[in-house]
Amino acid sequence: MGLELYLDLLSQPCHAVYIFAKNGIPFELRPVDLVKGQHVSKDFSQVNSLQKVPVLKEGDFILTESAAILIYLSCKYPTADHWYPSDLQTRARIHEYLGWHADCIRGTFGVPLWTQVLAPLMGAQVPEEKVARNRAAMDQALQWLEDKFLGDKAFLAGQQVTLADLMALEELMQPVALGYALFEGRPQLAAWRGRVEAFLGAELCQEAHGPILSILEQAAKKLLPVPPPAAHATMLRRIARIP
Amino acid sequence: MGLELYLDLLSQPCRAVYIFAKKNGIPFELRPVELIRGQHLSDAFAQVNPLKKVPALRDGDFTLTESVAILLYLTRKYKVPDYWYPQDLQARALVDEYLAWQHTALRRNCLRTLWHKVMFPVFMGEPVSPQMLAATLAELDVTLQLLEDKFLQNKAFLTGPHISLADLVAITELMHPVGAGCQVFEGRPKLAAWRQRVEAAVGKDLFREAHEVILKAKDFPPADPTTKQKLMPRVLAMIQ
Repeated sequence: MGLELYLDLLSQPCHAVYIFAKNGIPFELRPVDLVKGQHVSKDFSQVNSLQKVPVLKEGDFILTESAAILIYLSCKYPTADHWYPSDLQTRARIHEYLGWHADCIRGTFGVPLWTQVLAPLMGAQVPEEKVARNRAAMDQALQWLEDKFLGDKAFLAGQQVTLADLMALEELMQPVALGYALFEGRPQLAAWRGRVEAFLGAELCQEAHGPILSILEQAAKKLLPVPPPAAHATMLRRIARIP
Repeated sequence: MGLELYLDLLSQPCRAVYIFAKKNGIPFELRPVELIRGQHLSDAFAQVNPLKKVPALRDGDFTLTESVAILLYLTRKYKVPDYWYPQDLQARALVDEYLAWQHTALRRNCLRTLWHKVMFPVFMGEPVSPQMLAATLAELDVTLQLLEDKFLQNKAFLTGPHISLADLVAITELMHPVGAGCQVFEGRPKLAAWRQRVEAAVGKDLFREAHEVILKAKDFPPADPTTKQKLMPRVLAMIQ
C-alpha cells in the first residue's frame, strides 16, 4: 500500500498538506467529511484515535499533525529544497514560525468558521463579545505576522517560499472565505499572499480552496448536512473553548 | 559573542531548553528574565524578542524564539546524541508529531492549571471561581489520558524506546500542575513510571535544579499593585 492521506478540504491544515502533496507526490486521497461527523466514526478512530484530520498512512505507519506530516513528506519525497531547506538558520526560522502559528494563528483564525457556519448548523450560537474578541486577536496576530515574521522579506522565512508560508496562507484563507477582509490596509501582507499564490499556481489554489470559498453560499442554500448527534459533543466542546 | 539563552525557569518551555543545553554540555551564557517582575515586558528585552516571550536564543547576530525551534536549532548545531531527534525518518516524524500536538493540548492545560490554581488566587490576588477551576482540571485530566493512551502507550518513552525532545517537553509541562499541587501521577502508574525514566535519563540533580522555582510557586509572595497592573493584560491574553 502506498501513501494515503485522510483529508477534508474544509480544514486549513488539510489544505496545506493537500497542496504540498499535489506537487508531485503520489497519494490516495481518503476523504473524511467533518461536517458529516466522519472523523468521529469507528473506522476513522482506528486510523487516528484523536479523531482529527489530516492523517498520513503509509503501510503500518500512521502520522498526525499537519506540521509533522509536511516535514515528513518533504524529507521522504524528492521535493524542492526551498520548502524545508537544510540551512540551519532558515530551518530554524520555519520552526519558529510554526511554533508561534500553533499558539497564535491556528486556534484564532479557525474561529469564524465555527461562529458563522458550524455552530448555527447545530443550533448553537457564539456570543457577540467572543466574536469581537476573536476579531481583535486576529488583528493583533496579523500585525505580528507582518512586523515580526514577514518584515521586509519576500516570504516568512526568507526569500523563498517554505512550509511556513503554506501553513500561514491556508489558515488566513478561511476567514477570508467567510468575508473577513484580512488583507485590506495591509499592503505588505497582501503582496505576500500574491507571491505565495502565484508560486502555488491559480489552478491548484482554486482546487484546494473551492470548498471553503463556497461555504457561505452552501450554508445559505442549506446544502450543508446537519452534523450527526455522535459528533455534537466534540463540536460543542470546541465551541465552548472559544475564548 | 557565544550562545546566550534568555530564560526564566518558572516557564516550562524554558526548563526544557535549560535542561537540554545543560545535559548536552552546550556552553551558553544564561540571561535571566524574571517573568513575575515583568522583566520580559521591558524595552531592553523587546529588542531581543519583540513578542516579549521567553525562551529566546541569541547566537551572534542570530536571534531565535519559540522553544521547539530553539531545541531543534541546538540539536542541529551541536553534537548531541541522535535519540533526542533521530535521523530515522519515521522516528523523527513521531517526535515532530508530539511537538506539534502539545501546543494546543498539554501546553494549554498545564499553563491554565497553574494559573487558575495558584498564580491568579495567590500571586495576583484574583479569585478563580470553583467552576472555572473544575473545568480546567477536567480538561487537564482528558489531556493526561491522551498523553498516556495515544503517545506513551506501552513504550518506555513517548515516541519509542529512547528519550527524545518529546519527553523533555512533556515532563517540563507536567511539572507545572505538580508545582500547583496537583497529583497528576496519582492513579496513573504508567505515566508515573515514565516520569521516573525521564528523570533518570536527564539526571536527578539537573532535573531538581531546573524545577526548584516551579515547585516553590505556591509560596510566591503576592505581586505588588504596579507589577500586577503591568502583568495583567498579558496574562489575560495568554489564559483566555
